[in-house]
Amino acid sequence: MSSENGPAFDALEVGEVVAERTVELTRDSLVRYAGASGDFNPIHYNEVVAESVGLPGVIAHGMLTMGTAASVVEEWAGPGNVVDLQTRFTRPVPVPAIGEAAVTFTAKVGALDAEKRTARIDITVEHDGQKVLGKAQAVVSCA
Amino acid sequence: MPVNIDAVGRAYGPHEPYEVTRVKIREFADAVDARSFAHRSEEAARAEGYPDVVAPTTFAVVIAQQAEFHVVVDPEVGVDFSRVVHADERFSHHRPIVAGDLISATVHIDAIKQRGGISMVTTRTELSDEDGSPVSTVTSTLAVREEA
Repeated sequence: MSSENGPAFDALEVGEVVAERTVELTRDSLVRYAGASGDFNPIHYNEVVAESVGLPGVIAHGMLTMGTAASVVEEWAGPGNVVDLQTRFTRPVPVPAIGEAAVTFTAKVGALDAEKRTARIDITVEHDGQKVLGKAQAVVSCA
Repeated sequence: MPVNIDAVGRAYGPHEPYEVTRVKIREFADAVDARSFAHRSEEAARAEGYPDVVAPTTFAVVIAQQAEFHVVVDPEVGVDFSRVVHADERFSHHRPIVAGDLISATVHIDAIKQRGGISMVTTRTELSDEDGSPVSTVTSTLAVREEA
């Protein structure tokens, strides 16, 4: 599969960083994502509920972190060109009532498939110096 | 009550199709910091070769989670939602979702694995359009802690 509006396949090199972003998540971000996605699990906005199930406090939706990782890759790849995206949720991102939780995203070329003209993009996502997503990989359709 | 491993192979849906709108795509794009104008303007989306405003990569979760809810609330599966943590997720897109799509979802329970007091419930939601053509496959695993 190749995509005309995608990145030029022939110019890519394994190991190259293609996109980076730092996002400051706040409680507002979580409420906004809850509304946009329809995921109203109270552990994402209610301290009491979050602590009662053993969490350190209110945490970000894993899907908010994954969705933002996708946006970081997509800004480089072009809209609609991330054809596959997977991750494991390995560590929660606590978001304070006041202030923000900084999450950094680094997207690197992990592998190239010359036959399909696709690039596997490996995304490192960190909060507080620790990885929060495991095996976060996107497959991008290239030109 | 632990999760019932005999539920593997069950399928739910399709239910009423989900209508994808420009407003919802924009709202979702804002929420996940997806910055392309192709998520917001029909003209920008057309310039990228799409018939209408195009959804961000993980937008399919909006539709898939509605479908997965049928699994969570089925008493014969026995998932206690207050004990659920999201373990992993995967999207395999056959084509991007665009505004105007009418998407049907069928969710399948593909696996339930139990170890160390945790049940890992893997669902696969198949999304298809009005013509019945495949749009996306969304695979999700929930980790359910059993009561001690």
